[in-house]
Amino acid sequence: MEQIAIKISNVSKQYRLGAFGGKTLQADLESWWARKRGLDDPNVRIGATHSPSQTFWALRDVSLTIRRGERVGIIGINGAGKSTLLKLLSRVTAPTEGEIDIWGRVSSMLEVGTGFHREMTGRENIYMNGSILGMTRHEIDDHMDRIIRFSEVGEFIDTPVKRYSSGMLLKLAFSVAAHLQSEILIMDEVLAVGDMAFQQKCLAQMRLAAEQEGRTVLYVSHNMDTIRRLCDRCVVLSHGRILFDGDTDAAIAAYMEQSLGENQVDLDLTDKPHTQQNGQVAMTRLRLTDKAAPMYEPGESLRFRLSVRASAPVENAAVRLTLRTDADVGLGTAWSQRFTISGDGDYALEMPMDALEKGVFYASIGVYRFDEVGRPITLDHITRAFKIELVGLPVWNINAHGYIRLPELTVSAVRQVN
Amino acid sequence: MQHIHISAKHALFDLKLREVWRNRGLVWLFAKRSFVVTYKQTILGPAWLFLAPLLTSAAYVVLFGNIAKLGTDGVPQLLFYLSGTAMWTFFSTCVTRCANTFTANAPLFGKVYFPRLTVPLSDALGSALHFCIQMLMVLAMLAYYAARGMVAPSPSALLVVPLVLLQLGVLGTGVGIVISSLTTKYRDLQVLVTFGMNLWMYATPVVYPLSTADGTLRRILLLNPVTEAMELYRAALLGAGTVLPGWVVCSVLVTAAVALLGIVIFNKVERTFMDTV
Repeated sequence: MEQIAIKISNVSKQYRLGAFGGKTLQADLESWWARKRGLDDPNVRIGATHSPSQTFWALRDVSLTIRRGERVGIIGINGAGKSTLLKLLSRVTAPTEGEIDIWGRVSSMLEVGTGFHREMTGRENIYMNGSILGMTRHEIDDHMDRIIRFSEVGEFIDTPVKRYSSGMLLKLAFSVAAHLQSEILIMDEVLAVGDMAFQQKCLAQMRLAAEQEGRTVLYVSHNMDTIRRLCDRCVVLSHGRILFDGDTDAAIAAYMEQSLGENQVDLDLTDKPHTQQNGQVAMTRLRLTDKAAPMYEPGESLRFRLSVRASAPVENAAVRLTLRTDADVGLGTAWSQRFTISGDGDYALEMPMDALEKGVFYASIGVYRFDEVGRPITLDHITRAFKIELVGLPVWNINAHGYIRLPELTVSAVRQVN
Repeated sequence: MQHIHISAKHALFDLKLREVWRNRGLVWLFAKRSFVVTYKQTILGPAWLFLAPLLTSAAYVVLFGNIAKLGTDGVPQLLFYLSGTAMWTFFSTCVTRCANTFTANAPLFGKVYFPRLTVPLSDALGSALHFCIQMLMVLAMLAYYAARGMVAPSPSALLVVPLVLLQLGVLGTGVGIVISSLTTKYRDLQVLVTFGMNLWMYATPVVYPLSTADGTLRRILLLNPVTEAMELYRAALLGAGTVLPGWVVCSVLVTAAVALLGIVIFNKVERTFMDTV
C-alpha cells in the first residue's frame, strides 16, 4: 500500500481586498458603541453597504492527495493560488475552509536563508536557519560537515556572512535546506537563482532525496525546465482551482497554452487591441461565469460578465458576439437586447450553445449603439477577445459534419408502400 | 511518524505549549542572536549594559532623591535606584519587545512556520540575560554597602529574586503579546506602548518606595500587579520593602490571568496575521 504524505480536503482560502485593517482602535470602538445603541456607524460612509470590503478566493475547494516519495510540481499563472497553497501547507497562514493532514515533518523553503543574519558567521547561521526550519541541534551537528562541503564555502564558514558574496550566501542557505531531515520538502522557486552548476547539483540532490530516501517534494516554479527535471507529477492551478493533475509533460502543455493568454477565463481587456469609434465607451474586463477553464460540455450555455466603462450614458446600446473557428471561418453572430450603458458597470450575458458541436472557437465582442434609423454604430470592438472550447461527443466528426448541429430534421411518413 | 492536522477551525484553549517546549533550542538561539547582534557594532559593546542603568540611576539620585526629596526606605539612594531600575528595565523591555513580535518578525513569519511563541519567549529570555548582567553591578554595590552595615539583605533573596524575575517576565511577556496581537489590527497601539510604559513606571514603586504612599494612593498603587513584585524584590535584596501577602497573591493571580489571555489571543492571531500585515 502506498502511504499518503499529504491529504488536502476541500481547502479554500479567502483574502480580503482593498482597504481594511490598519484602522484605529478608536474608530472600531466608535463603530461598536454606535451599533450597541442601534445608531448608524459613524465610520461608514453614507450609502456604503454594511460590509464594504471585497473578498476573493485565492483557493477554492482544492482537494489533492500526495503519496510518499512523489515529486509534485505546482504550476499556474500568477495569482493562480500556487503560493497560497504552499503557505497553507507550510502553516504560514491558516485555511478559511477545509482540512489538511500531513504525515511527516515538513520543511518549507518559501525563501532560502530564512533567519540569516549578516552579523553572524556562516556556522552560526547554519544553526539558526536549521533550527528555524525544524532541525534539532543534534541533527545539525551530525550534518555540519556535509552542509559545509556542499555549500562550497570552505574556510569562510567562520566569517560573518556580511562578507560573503550573494552567490556564496545563497549556496550556504541552500545547503542547509538540502540537508533538512524532513519527510516532506516544500519549495517555492528557490532554484531560480544561483549559477547553473550549483542549480544542477541542487536538483540532483532533491531527486536523490525523493528517490532514495522516499522523501516527498512539492515544488513551485515558473521555470518549466527545472519542473521537468525534478517532478514526476504536476498540478496546474488556475484561479484557485485545480485545472490539471497528472503527467508533467501534459501539465506543462496545459499550462503553456493557458499562459499564452488564450485559455483564460478572466480577461483584462484593457491591453487588447480595440477598434473604437470614440473613446467614450470601453470594455475593460470579461469573465466567463463559474469556469476555471473555458471548457464547455454540449448543452451548456456560454455565460460571461462584461465590464464596460462609459464616460456618458448610452441608450439603445447592445452587445454583439461573433464566433469564428480556429481556421478563422465565421460561424455566426449573436446580438443582445438593447439596454442602457452608464458609468462603470458589469453586465451578465448568456447564450445557449445547443447548436455548437465540439471544437475550439474564438469570440469577437463588441458594444454598439443603434441610431435613429436602427443602424448599429460601433462603440468598442475587440477581435478574437477570448477562446472557448466545446468538448463534444466523439461521434461528431467536425471535418465531415461541420461545427454546427442544425435544427432537428422533422420527419413524417407521407407515403409508405408495403 | 509525526501527523499534523491543519483545520479551518481553531481550538481556543489549545495553548500549544508542548510544541514550544520541543523548540526550546530555538528560543535560546533567537535570544543569543539578538544579544550578539545588538552589541556587535557598537563602540562600547556590552559596556552599555552597565553604563545605561548607572547614568539613569545617577540622574534619579539628583532628580528624585535630592530635588524631589523622595524617601528610599533608608537604603542608600544609588543602590535603591539602581536595583529598582534593573528590575523595571527588565519588565519594560519584556513588554516593549514582545509588543513588536508580529510587526518586527513579519518577514520571517511569512516564510516559514515554527511555534511563534518562541519569539516573545526569547525576547523575555534576552531581557533576563541583560538583567543578570546588570545584577552583577547591583551585587557589587550591595556588597559594598552591606559591608558598611548600611543595608541588610535577607538570605531569602537567593530564592525571591529569581521568582520575582520569573513573575515579571511572565507578566511582561503576557502584556507584550496581547499588545502585539492587537497591533496587527490596530497600529495606533504601538505608539502607546513607549508612552504607556513611562506612565506605568511612575505608577510602580521604582523611584520611590511604597511606604511613602498611603490611603487611596496606596490602594491604587497596589492594584498595579508590578507593585508588590517590586516591593518583594527590594525587601529580600535590600531588606527594606512593604510586603503584603494578600496583595502578593493577587499580583501572582493577575500575572497568570494575563499570561493565559495573552497566549490565547496570540495563538488565535498567529494563524492568519500574515493576511493582514
